[in-house]
Amino acid sequence: MTSPMSKPAMLGCLLVLIALAVIPLLGDKHAMDVTVEIMILALFALSLNVLIGYSGNVSFGHAAYFAIGGYTNAILLTSYDLPILVSMPVSVLFAMVAAMFVAWFCTRLTDIYFAMLTLAFAMLVWAVLFKWRGMTNGDDGFVGITIPAFLDGRIPLYYFTLIVVAASIALLWLICHSAFGKVLVAVRENRTRAGFVGVDTRRMRWTAFVVAGTFAGIAGSLFALFKSGMYVENAFWTQSAQVLIMTLLGGMYSFFGPAIGAAVLHMLEITTNRYTEYWPTVLGGILLVILLFLPDGLVGLAQKVKNKFSGSGGAR
Amino acid sequence: MAQLEVNDIHTAYGLSQVLFGVSLKVEAGQIISMIGRNGVGKTTTMRSIIGLTPPRQGSVTFEGQDVTGWPAHKIARLGIGFVPEERRIFPELSVWENLDIARRPAAAGSEEWNEERVFSLFPDLRDIQQRAGGVLSGGQQQMLTIARCLMGNPRLILLDEPSEGLAPKVVEDLREQVKMLKETGISILMAEQNLSFVLYLSDQCHIMEKGEIKYSGTPADLRANQEILDQYLTL
Repeated sequence: MTSPMSKPAMLGCLLVLIALAVIPLLGDKHAMDVTVEIMILALFALSLNVLIGYSGNVSFGHAAYFAIGGYTNAILLTSYDLPILVSMPVSVLFAMVAAMFVAWFCTRLTDIYFAMLTLAFAMLVWAVLFKWRGMTNGDDGFVGITIPAFLDGRIPLYYFTLIVVAASIALLWLICHSAFGKVLVAVRENRTRAGFVGVDTRRMRWTAFVVAGTFAGIAGSLFALFKSGMYVENAFWTQSAQVLIMTLLGGMYSFFGPAIGAAVLHMLEITTNRYTEYWPTVLGGILLVILLFLPDGLVGLAQKVKNKFSGSGGAR
Repeated sequence: MAQLEVNDIHTAYGLSQVLFGVSLKVEAGQIISMIGRNGVGKTTTMRSIIGLTPPRQGSVTFEGQDVTGWPAHKIARLGIGFVPEERRIFPELSVWENLDIARRPAAAGSEEWNEERVFSLFPDLRDIQQRAGGVLSGGQQQMLTIARCLMGNPRLILLDEPSEGLAPKVVEDLREQVKMLKETGISILMAEQNLSFVLYLSDQCHIMEKGEIKYSGTPADLRANQEILDQYLTL
């Protein structure tokens, strides 16, 4: 049984969708670029949250699936001249298969061992992208991706991204609010308990990993189109850390939290870069603030403030 | 052959060994009890059976199948339900979701446990289906834990300290509910410290101390043997 979305949440989603649909009409190119990137990062962060927020497994290597999706799309479009209708589904499939394979190993372990193994596999992916120059162009980056004619231009690419991201997020919402999502929450809350009521916890964690990796692949393949290039940095652990921070900043115990985290963090990054080149320092500071003062992220903070004013103890 | 046969199991948590050769049998439809003070190995015996802490030696056989060393979810799906002490529900999930997560089909030929049947045994749960598990009272949580276990359609239930921390009136209700469960044909292996609860329900009692079964007998035997009760059960 899928639990229905609450009325205010539905209204909020609708308003955000309308706002996003209107932005290109304003004609501000910079605003459009920023928004496209935020949409992609939001999908990336939401995909990670299936693993972290719902199943309770922290991954330090989520960028791997983003990069696999992006590079595959880039290479198929450019080196193999395939149409996007083939390249995009295949790139998502590649990310999914990679996640299936890696998850098989990682879900044998739990907690910190799980996290370290995800990092190890991600570094392996990074190393392959870095060294396989013939295919990926190594650390020079895979630039000059052949963008299909119908997506050539800011506005078509914007709406294409909006449609794919919105559809993906809707699908993720359904997955997380289905019986499957509820069982994941049970596994997160207590693996042992879920085990003795008959839940195959390892299989559930494996499935969550695969869902997360697949949707990260979608985000990555969109990213390749948007940047018309992919870079080894997209697979590096810093990228995995950044998406993890987005998720934490927004709030991992809320479905939309990570999307908000992605938007806020990206805006902060742009603003910071205007004044100083020390963005990583600022990022470190943000992480400290989250860990010390915002355990449930921005959504948790908003909930607390709301409860304070309405005077009720709160469900989230 | 008994439904459940626990054969000379030795179980340890890391270096500290808790069970030293526990053997017991549960025949289909019986209630068998383990009694004894805290820390004598009652819970560990259950954890060994359901696979949460597999025994290092010895074997556990359920309906003729050796399940020693199986993961907990496979043993649960085979037909053994576990109701842990302290009522371990999923606080974030609603009452209905707590039940739904454990749902498994019944074995051929037996009447299936579904929401309707569970609610007829525990009418209180019917009205609070949408409430989050975390806000229920102790008694409601205990009912929910047993109800959740029933949704898996087990043929044997491991019931760990069901009356612990509940008000006397609730314990009385629970006693009747457990009795009704037995009447449906489910076998129960129970750990309990409440002696009157045990003596009322059990077919056979095992008194445990220091990881071993020291005395076994029927409730009538025990009632007649004050010396044993004083030796092993009085604090």
